[in-house]
Amino acid sequence: MAHSHSHSHDELGHVVPESLFLKVLLALLFLTVVTVLVAQVDMGKWNIVGALLIATVKASLVIYFFMHGKYENRIIWMYILIPFILLAIMIGGVFTDDPFRSKPTPVGVSQQS
Amino acid sequence: MSSNAAVAEHHHVGPGDPPHIHHMDSATAYGAAKLGMWLFLATEVLLFAVMFCSFAIMRFYHLAEFHDASHHLDLKAGAFNTVVLLVSSYTAAVAVTKAQKGDNKGIIKFFGISVACGLIFLLVKTYEYTGKAHHGMFPVVWNENFYEYKNFLGLYYCMTGLHALHVIIGMAVMVIYGILPARKNRYSGRYYTPVELGALYWHLVDLIWIYLFPLLYLVG
Repeated sequence: MAHSHSHSHDELGHVVPESLFLKVLLALLFLTVVTVLVAQVDMGKWNIVGALLIATVKASLVIYFFMHGKYENRIIWMYILIPFILLAIMIGGVFTDDPFRSKPTPVGVSQQS
Repeated sequence: MSSNAAVAEHHHVGPGDPPHIHHMDSATAYGAAKLGMWLFLATEVLLFAVMFCSFAIMRFYHLAEFHDASHHLDLKAGAFNTVVLLVSSYTAAVAVTKAQKGDNKGIIKFFGISVACGLIFLLVKTYEYTGKAHHGMFPVVWNENFYEYKNFLGLYYCMTGLHALHVIIGMAVMVIYGILPARKNRYSGRYYTPVELGALYWHLVDLIWIYLFPLLYLVG
């Protein structure tokens, strides 16, 4: 991921050719068509897995090329990855807690035991 | 000491020159600014992460509601907006390459396209919101249609509303820090930090939408 690029003194960041950006855009548009088509097929709970997988591939393309992630150092990659790890911990924490709590009975609903 | 003397001799910042920052050469300042921007973007992701987490747990409890409600969204409008944002992200990336080559006209042109795309996005979003309002599925003018899908629609408006706010801020950033200084030939291969940071912010706006579109419009 982190490329160690030798920068010349008057070059601050890596200059990415515009043609590469165009290829990435075409890939992103193609994946958008794919995600819409895949959603039309009923695969039950696998629909959301597929949609999230394709979205993650698209997000990776944006970070890696559009946001120059390919040319950034390890510290910036730490900043890129940590929020996603924290999100995973938060979702994991909520799903191993909330569904197992006893819920108060809603007001106006007669208690059945 | 010799570099300090050189700085003292050139106190006037000409067009294309990096600003003078004490105790820091321009390459260090560029790296520090970019690091700070990425840290800020990390907090932005965490802001939306709370909403994605809410979405996950509410979808878990109200799967049937989410499935039905997502079919009430305008898939064509959502898909169109996805394409608009992807194209705008591409032009923002190109604007950075233009800036690195010292092409100020290129910054104006490509950030201009990105800002225009942001405007199109907001217009389509307004069209979608007013359509929902017409059926009583919008806050303030809600009716039983809204209550039937209150969990999904509540999250839909929170997530797309916060995202739309980011679109507006991103457009302002590209105009104020990109287009306006570029009109005065402010940027060059030696100094284009605000252009790159503005583009990074716009890519984040695109990034969030890449997840919002399938979750809200496609799988519910």
